Formats: sequence, C-alpha cells, structure tokens
Amino acid sequence: MKPPRFAYHAPTAVEEATGLLADYNEDAKVLAGGQSLIPLLSFRLAAPGHLIDINRLPGLDQVERTGNGWRIGALVRQRTAERSAELAAAVPLLARALAHVAHPQIRNRGTICGSLAHGDSSAELPAVMTALDARMTLVSAGRARQVAAGDFFQFHLTTAIEPDELLTAVEFDSPAPRTHAAFEELALRRGDFALAGVAASVTFAADGQVERCRVVAAGVAPTPLRLAAVEQIVAGSRLAAPVLAAAREAAYREVSPTGDSRADRDYRRHLLSVLVRRALCAVRSEREDDDES
Amino acid sequence: MSRPGEREAATRAPAAAAPKQNMIGAAIERREDYRLLTGQGEFLDDLDMPDALEAAFLRSDLGHARILGIDTSAALELPGVVAVFTGDDIRPMMKPMPAKVAHPALQEMPRLPMALDEVHYVGEPVAVIIATSRYIAEDALELIEIDYEDLPAISSTAAALAPGAPLAHLGARDNIAVHVVQRAGDPDAALAAAPHVLSGTFAITRSGGHSIECRAVAARYDTVTRQLVVWDSTQAPHYARNALASLYDMQEDDIRLIAPRDVGGGFGPKAQFYGEEAVIGWVAMQLRRPVKWIEDRRENFISAMMERTQTHRIKVAFDDDGTLIAMKDVFEHDQGAYVAGLQVPMITLSTVPGQYKIPHIHTELYSCYTNMVPTSSVRGAGRPQAVAAMERMMDRIAEYLGLDPAEVRRRNLIQPDEFPYKVGIMFRDGSPLTYDSGNYPELLAGTLERLDYDGWRRRQGELRAEGRLIGIGIACYVEGCGLGPYEGAKARLTNRGEVLVTLAAAPQGQGYETVYAQIASDALGLDMDYIRVTTGDTGRIPFGQGTFASRITATAGPAVLQACQALRARIFATAAIMLKVEADNFVFRGERVCLAEDESISVTLREVTQVANVGKHGITLLRGVTAGLETQAYFAPERAAYASGAHAAVVEVDPETGRVTVLKYVIGHDCGTVINPLLADGQVLGGFAAGIGNALYEEQFYDEAAQPQTTSYLDFSLPSSMEVPPVELFHIQSPSPLNPLGAKGAGEGGTIPAPAAIANATEDALRSFGARINEMPVTPPRVAAAIAGRAPAAR
Amino acid sequence: MNPEASEEAATQVRVTVNGREHRAITDVRTTLADFLRHKLGLTGTHLGCEHGVCGACTILLDGAAVRSCLMLAVQADGASIETVEGLAEGGQLSPLQAAFHRNHALQCGFCTAGFLMSITAALREGPVETDEHAREVLSGNICRCTGYAAMIKAVLETSMQLHGTRAAS
Repeated sequence: MKPPRFAYHAPTAVEEATGLLADYNEDAKVLAGGQSLIPLLSFRLAAPGHLIDINRLPGLDQVERTGNGWRIGALVRQRTAERSAELAAAVPLLARALAHVAHPQIRNRGTICGSLAHGDSSAELPAVMTALDARMTLVSAGRARQVAAGDFFQFHLTTAIEPDELLTAVEFDSPAPRTHAAFEELALRRGDFALAGVAASVTFAADGQVERCRVVAAGVAPTPLRLAAVEQIVAGSRLAAPVLAAAREAAYREVSPTGDSRADRDYRRHLLSVLVRRALCAVRSEREDDDES
Repeated sequence: MSRPGEREAATRAPAAAAPKQNMIGAAIERREDYRLLTGQGEFLDDLDMPDALEAAFLRSDLGHARILGIDTSAALELPGVVAVFTGDDIRPMMKPMPAKVAHPALQEMPRLPMALDEVHYVGEPVAVIIATSRYIAEDALELIEIDYEDLPAISSTAAALAPGAPLAHLGARDNIAVHVVQRAGDPDAALAAAPHVLSGTFAITRSGGHSIECRAVAARYDTVTRQLVVWDSTQAPHYARNALASLYDMQEDDIRLIAPRDVGGGFGPKAQFYGEEAVIGWVAMQLRRPVKWIEDRRENFISAMMERTQTHRIKVAFDDDGTLIAMKDVFEHDQGAYVAGLQVPMITLSTVPGQYKIPHIHTELYSCYTNMVPTSSVRGAGRPQAVAAMERMMDRIAEYLGLDPAEVRRRNLIQPDEFPYKVGIMFRDGSPLTYDSGNYPELLAGTLERLDYDGWRRRQGELRAEGRLIGIGIACYVEGCGLGPYEGAKARLTNRGEVLVTLAAAPQGQGYETVYAQIASDALGLDMDYIRVTTGDTGRIPFGQGTFASRITATAGPAVLQACQALRARIFATAAIMLKVEADNFVFRGERVCLAEDESISVTLREVTQVANVGKHGITLLRGVTAGLETQAYFAPERAAYASGAHAAVVEVDPETGRVTVLKYVIGHDCGTVINPLLADGQVLGGFAAGIGNALYEEQFYDEAAQPQTTSYLDFSLPSSMEVPPVELFHIQSPSPLNPLGAKGAGEGGTIPAPAAIANATEDALRSFGARINEMPVTPPRVAAAIAGRAPAAR
Repeated sequence: MNPEASEEAATQVRVTVNGREHRAITDVRTTLADFLRHKLGLTGTHLGCEHGVCGACTILLDGAAVRSCLMLAVQADGASIETVEGLAEGGQLSPLQAAFHRNHALQCGFCTAGFLMSITAALREGPVETDEHAREVLSGNICRCTGYAAMIKAVLETSMQLHGTRAAS
C-alpha cells in the first residue's frame, strides 16, 4: 500500500498554488491534512501526477470572526477548531459533530476544509456545514467565488471545486439567538463512518415557536441532504411529541438511501428517522433547560 | 537421604529444592517487555536486511476465472524491477500443498503456491514482482497485463450446494470438499420418540485474525553452504520448513526456518502455510539475493486465511424437565477455494455437544468449496460456531418449557465425578472424544453468582416496565486443546554457565521467554536468572509442530519440564564426579552447584561445563562423566485435554436503533494448572476482545460474484477499547491428568462462547417481541430487523 | 498519470527526532513511517494498516499525536518528532512504560509503540482519572492481543503518578 509516483510541490503563496493548479489541472490534487487523500494514494484509488501541498501557505490557519460569523481557513486542523472554546460556545453544533470525527490522532492533522473538499456523504462536517448554510471560498488564478453548501456538495466525493480551484476557507454566520442544535449519529464503532447522521439547528422565536430550522442528514444520499419535509413540519411548531412523531415519519419517507455491506437500505431509512426524532428531541430539551434558567 | 524441603517439593511439583519462590503459578513480569516497550522489538520488517529485495504479489481480482495469458514485459522494464515470476515460471516448485488436517473422504483440489491455469478466489497470488523497493514493486504490478476468462463464482455454501450449481473448481466432481457424519447412540430413533423436539437454524459469520502485524517472510540463500535461511512471521516454523523442503526437494537440514523473536500476533492465520512463503524462498534461491515480502493490510484482508460462515440446522430432543435426549446438527461450512486444512469444521463437529450429557448425538458436516479465500483457524477455531448452535438451543428449550435457562443447563451438565467422560463421538486427533477433567457446575455457579444472576432477573422485569430492554445470556463451552502429536524442547548448560532452553514452538506474544523459564526454573531448582529461552528456529531443534489450538503450555510445558529434570540429573552427576562425592543430593545456589548437606562443597556451573562440554584438548574425560550437557524431550500427549468455561452477559438493547450494549460480563475459566496468572488472564481477556468482535462487530462480506466487500478498516471494524466492556474473570483449576503440569490451554476460552452469550442475551432482551436472533454477529441492522419481524433486506 | 522522469523525485528532509537532528534524502512519496523506519533506522514505530485506522504508526509531531503512515516524509521537514525510542531516558523505562510492564499491558508488542505515543500525548494534556476517560484515550489505537483491560490500569496508574491524586469523582 505504497503511494504511486507523483511530482511534489510545496508552494509558499496562494498565487503559486493556484498557478500550479491551473497548470496541472485534473492531474493535480491538493494535499492539506492528508487524512483522506493519503489513504486514497496508498490504496492507489487515486494517482495524481502532481501533489500540491498547501501546508506552507500563509494566512490559512486562522479561525476568525467575521462581521456576522466565522471564517475557518483551509489549514485549520479539526483539533484546533474542536478546542476553540469561543467557537464551541458560538457554534455548538460544530463542536459536537467534531467529537464524532474519527479519532484525535486524525483530527490533529485533518483539516475542516479538507473534509469538506473530500465530500464524503457519510462524513459529519459536510452535513454540519449544510445545516449552518456555510459558504465555501474557492480561489483560482484570477478569481475568487463563494459557493453555498447546498450547491457545493454535488455527489459522493464530488464537490463544486473546479480542477484549478483551491478551497481557502469556509464561512458561516453565527447562529441567531435562541438557536439550539443537536448532532446525532450511529456508527458501528466509535469513530467509524456513520451509518446515518443528523445535524439539526433550530431557531426559536421568543414565544417558543420554531422560527427557522435546518435538519440535514448524512449517509443516506450522495450528498448531505436537507430534509425539507421535516423542516416544514417542524417550522412554526413547539416540537411537541406529535410533531416529533410526524417529523420522524416524514424523514423515513423522504430518504431513499442505498444499502451496503454495513447496513441495508431499510435499516438506514429506519435509523435516519430515529435519529431525526432524537435530534429534535435533544433540541427541545436544550431549549427547555434554557427556558428554565 | 533427602531433606525436608525436597520432600515437600516432590509432592507439589518436580524436585525443586531451592528456598525460593515456586515459579510455576507465579505472576512473573515478562522478560520480553523491555525491548518491546523501548522500540527495540525484532519483528521481521524491523530486522536489519538493507540488501534485501522486496516483493509484491499480483493477485486475482476475480473470484473464478481461467488465466488465458500473462504479459509481464512492461513490468520487467520498469527501472528497479529485478525479476517477475508467474506460476508458469516457477513450475519446478509448483506442487500441491497438502491439507494440514485431512480426511480419507476429502475431495482435495490442488492448492499450488501460485495460480497456474485457473484462479479460484479474489486475492489468489498470480505473479510476483521482485524490485529494489516495495514502492517500485507496486508500480510494476500495475504494468502486468492478464487476460482472464471469467467463470461463474460460488459465493456461499447455499450456492455451493444448490442443485445444478456451477463448480467452484472446474476439475472437481462437485462443490463438497468432504461430508462427515459422527454419531453416538441412535439419534434418529431417539428424535422420533422424544416427547419434545425443537429446531433452529443459525448462521455464524466469523472473520479474520487481523493480527496487527500482517504476514511477512524473508529469505537468503547461501551459495557456499547451499543452505536457505528463511525468516517467517509464522506460528509453525517446522511445519513451514517441512513444506518448503518438500516443495523444493531439499534436505530438511538445508533449510533453516526462523520465526523472528517477535511476531506481531498470529491467532491462527499464521499457523497455515501459504504459497507466498514458498515463492519467496524459491526466488531467493533463483536470484541468489535476499528477498523479503511484507504483506500489507489490503493483501491481508483478501488473502490471509480466515474463518467464514457456517450455517447450522440443529434439532434437540428433550423431556419435560429439559433433560437432553438427543441432538442432531447438520451444518454447512464455507471452506473457501482450497482446503488448507479441515481443522475448523472438524473441531466444530466434535464441539457441539459441549458440557452436556447427551446420549444420542448426530453431528454432520458439509464442507463446501466456494470461490473465496480459504478457511483456516482463527482464534476459537470452529468452536464459537458449535457453541452458538448448542447454546442457542439450550435457551430455546428453556423458553419452550418456561424454565430458567441456567436451570436447564444445570440439569444437563456432566458432573465432576464423571471424568474421564466419553462423549461417544471422535475428536479431530482421531481418538474417542474424552473430556479429561473439569467442574462444570462449579464454573456455572461461580459465573452466575458473580453476575448477580438472580438480582438481574429481578431487575430485568422492573426495568422492562420502564421500557428498557435488558437481557441475560449464558454460554458454556468445552475446548479441546493441548493437542498432539508432540512438542519438543532441548535444555543445555552452555559454556557460559547458563541453561539454554530451546523450544521448537514460536510465540506471538504469549510470553514464552518468561513462562518456560519459570517452568525450567522449577524443574531444575535453578534461579530464573540463569535460564534463557530461545524459540522458533528449526536450525536449533529439528522437530516441532507449532503454536495453535492453545496447545503449547500443555505440550511444550511438559517437554521443558522433562528436559530440565533430565539436565538437572546430568549436572548433579557431573558435579558429583568433579567433587569426588558419592551423592546426588545437590542444590543450586545462584551459579553454584552445592552439596545439599554441606553447601561449602560446590562447583560453579561454568566449571561443570568446562569439564563436560568444553573438555581439555587431548585429555581424557573424567571417568563417569557423559560429554555434552544437553537433553531433549518430546512430549506426546495421550489425547487432547479439555479446558472449559462459562460466560454470562447482561445486555441492553436499544429498540429503535438495534444497538446492543453490554452492561455486565463475567467469565469463568478453567484451564487446569495456571503457570503464570498474569499471562493467563491476558490471554483470556485478549480472547474476549476477539469474541466481542465476533459477537457484535466483525463480519467480512463477499458479494454474489465472490468479490470481497470489506477490504479495509474503513468498512470493517475491530473492537477498540470503547467496544470491549469490562469483564470480571475468575479461574478454577481442574488439572489435566494428561501431562505432568496439569495444564490445559488458555488462548481461546475468552473468545469461544462470546457470540453465543451475546446472542442469547439479545434474544432474551427481545423476548416480549418474540424476536429471533439467528445470525451472528449481532449487528444493529439485524437486531432492528428481528424486532420488526423481518429478515434484513439484501444489501 | 505518472511524471515523465524515470528517476524518482527526491528531496532532502531535515527533522529532529527525539531531540537529535537528522538530515536525509528521501523520495517525495516515501511516507513518514517508512522514512523513520528504514531511512533513520528507528524501527520501533510499526505499520499495521497503512490507512490510518490501527494507530500502530502513531508518533508525536510537534507534540501532537499523528499517524505517520498518513504523512509524507517531506511534510515533516523542519518538524520535531518523538517516537517510542525516545521515551526511556538513559535506558530507564518511563512511568508509562513501567506501568505497561507491571500490568502486562502488552503481549506481542507490535501495537505498543503507537499506544505509548497516543497515551503520552493525552497525559501531557492533563490527568486521566476514570476508566471511561482511559478508554477514550486508548480508543484511537487497536490491539488484538490484550483486550485493553491491562492498558486501562496502566494509564490510570501513570496518570496518578504524573498528575497526583485523583480529584473527588
């Protein structure tokens, strides 16, 4: 399981990196954390002629506040984000999801943006960023653009990143006040890929009704899947038991996952619906605790 | 004349007369640890072989195909590639490798070191690249072109046995490797006449050994001495050496096969002999250059032998009390593409009756050829499947009669005064299945007490009212171990004045360097500091069998005991002559051999070797001294010893997700005399982790085209510390009368009943649903499907 | 697919390992694990899966526990690495190594280096005082021999020794 041959580049400026990507295009792959890419190379499932190691690029390793929210640069390690008390307080959904991502040894190298660029449909971070309505900044020689999460993830392991583009940051707004979030997943073992997962972010009005919500499923579709039918049922409700039951039903009907050696189709649907109910229940509990305090 | 200390010692163990700790039974810390903890382990790929070329094997990516042609020309041209060999290129060496355990009725399809005309499983070696680095070798693999003609592949035993099924091997008569029946009494009549009969069908999928070190072999040929040295991360050095000698048509002494001092786990797959081992040695001889092959995990997933599915159709007959009258178990075993050995299903065949008195027994095996990697023993070796079938039925009997499952077992257990107990059928070693010793009621009682069985039964009802699904499962088992034919040891007083114990057996973490020094110390009456143990080298000791089936303590242990007792006598006899005394009452005090009644009269061990080993050039040996202080012993047990155990589990099932969580687990274990409690516990707890893996997590899938679907740890799960629950472990010791140590085996008892215990507990938790757990591992999708009353959908 | 040059691209890597500086030429595709093992001769770190799951290859890179099989050697240029060979000072087992030995927390020893490094990193972050926490610390590494029970004891004992008595739980 040794990687195939490639030419190795370690640019020290973003322009240099994008120049290389423009030159080598589809024959190049970006190396950041390497926790997804290097196994692909070792299994020889990928054999790019050129590896563009971006670890030396300056200015990409910051977790920064923006006007409305946060920007996480391409080289921010998952562990760094996990340990940022500020970020955890402001965006609890992210911290909760990160605890499920593999193991600390992987999170010490793996980057937030790298997981997004990899685009595994079972992974936690793509689902979380979809729930946060995040925007990905893509830079190429001569242009920069932002792509919303909903458009960014296109298929399992396929994103909107063009061959000559570099994902330099992900941005999202801070959750509005009275937002509660939950992340639920079931993996066979701690740290494994989830059989299914749910990222839920629910904003309540002052009177306790759901004003806005995002309920995103992982592992049941080729991309993170916003459960629109579930969101509709939840909107305007107080997440009472009948609503949760209806949401569960709706989730079950809304998804058509594929089965594989780990879990068949029926089980994945069933599991997803259970996790949706549990996530919404957790959100409600958190809100009730908040209410009391 | 003997002294008080000696008399006491004689009743307890071999004549150890030293006023020091009795080593056997002591929790001595391991000698191996220092080098392993400080990164100085000597695993095969750690050995200093900078001049070795590296090999990579091209493996079939089809389950069943004819090879029409192989073009290696492009691969040969890659810089760094030294040679490429296909099956055709190594014809002189291409002889069938015989099954390790066979049967007169076996339809044995030839297993060649590399495929020749036909491939029979994904992963089968087809060609080998030899290059200056593994990186380049893997590059070259991609340049080999093979032309295959796809053939229908058999991907399950059901497919193998279906009428009109295609053949897994084109030249075979059918897909049955062997069909064996064992009977005791008159089971058909008994089943027909019995008041109650219950049936069950159980499918148990096991998995691979997944030792953290994969397979590895290196070889170097000395053109001057014309001897081949092979380093092999193997559990069975002599078996491998013998296989090589046969394949290469060489004298056995011209091949020295060494298991490195450190082997990173074995668990069964490394006890087999593989084509790769044959090819590497041969290549080293052809190229006259050292070569090594370090298997990677991808190869390990698809070509290291494993155990796979058995389907058991079992019927039990019993009376109103739950007393067993008869048992009939017909099972299909997935043997894989070749019979590397029949040990797994043959062990299953004789393990099903377990701890119970069953007058009428029928066990029947259909070992099926399929187009998947060959089956061979993995920790437990066919017993988990047997135990699962029988123990599931014991619970079903209890449910049917409305009795407590523990009580049903109690009523059927063989009693302590009934040993040696003849089961009525044969064991794999060809002798009538006879359990040597044990105390099954005490084991079960001890386990249930520590579990707080009665307490949990009460709580189970209370918690059910709260909507919590709690289940309790029990599983009892017996384990034939300490198998023959023999195992060997030498003991020599070296010129440095220390005793060197040479074991034929090779360790993979069992602590031989420590344990056998303990046994030697007691046998000799000599401080452990003056004893060293060396292992696993056919050049140092000519005969041996290997480490598998939990056999070494019970065979090598007595061999070491006997060899050391004999050496002690020789040393004392020599000392007596040197000291000109007529006595054999000596003791060791440190490095001195002292007259027991006057310790000032002594010689050092070194002085003894000077006389008996080294001698003085041209000078006559002292009269009476026998030259060469070396002894050897090969212990051949009369038959297998029987370890036993009782596990009990409390689980909670999440009715929505199907996740099973273990709340409490107790292991009662009886492996006879425990030589080193620290190590024995380590074996049981390590085995338990593997058992939990089999019970809940590990399943290696193949699809209908016999393509492996689980080929990395990204889609296959081994238990981590989060998945292995805490265990309360206790031992009882029913010594075996079959060897002087009274020892049995400890390596597999933690694994064997775990799937059964977990499955029993899970079904117990779901009793109100009437859900049936008929497949293991007990994964969330299976549990959810059982609750919903349906079979899991096709994947 | 592959670059034109018939020679492998090589590069110099300068890295400090266990306090000692090393400089060596390596192919760009050589993994850090292979570089440590075969170029620098530090064979204590082992390869069990080469895809980041088993943890046998875990080392400390600038203080963080990482999988050396998932890094290229060239990426470690300029970094400070700690491997198992650096744990015993002056040949004396560290408290963690001694605790492993005492508790029989290793059998075949192949996975041990990875565990020792993962645990070392965790204990540097703070005490580990409960079974549950110890299990979490161990969860990123796989052992097939021991069943982990003895390792849990070793971790808790070492934490006690390094961080003092347990806080009230």
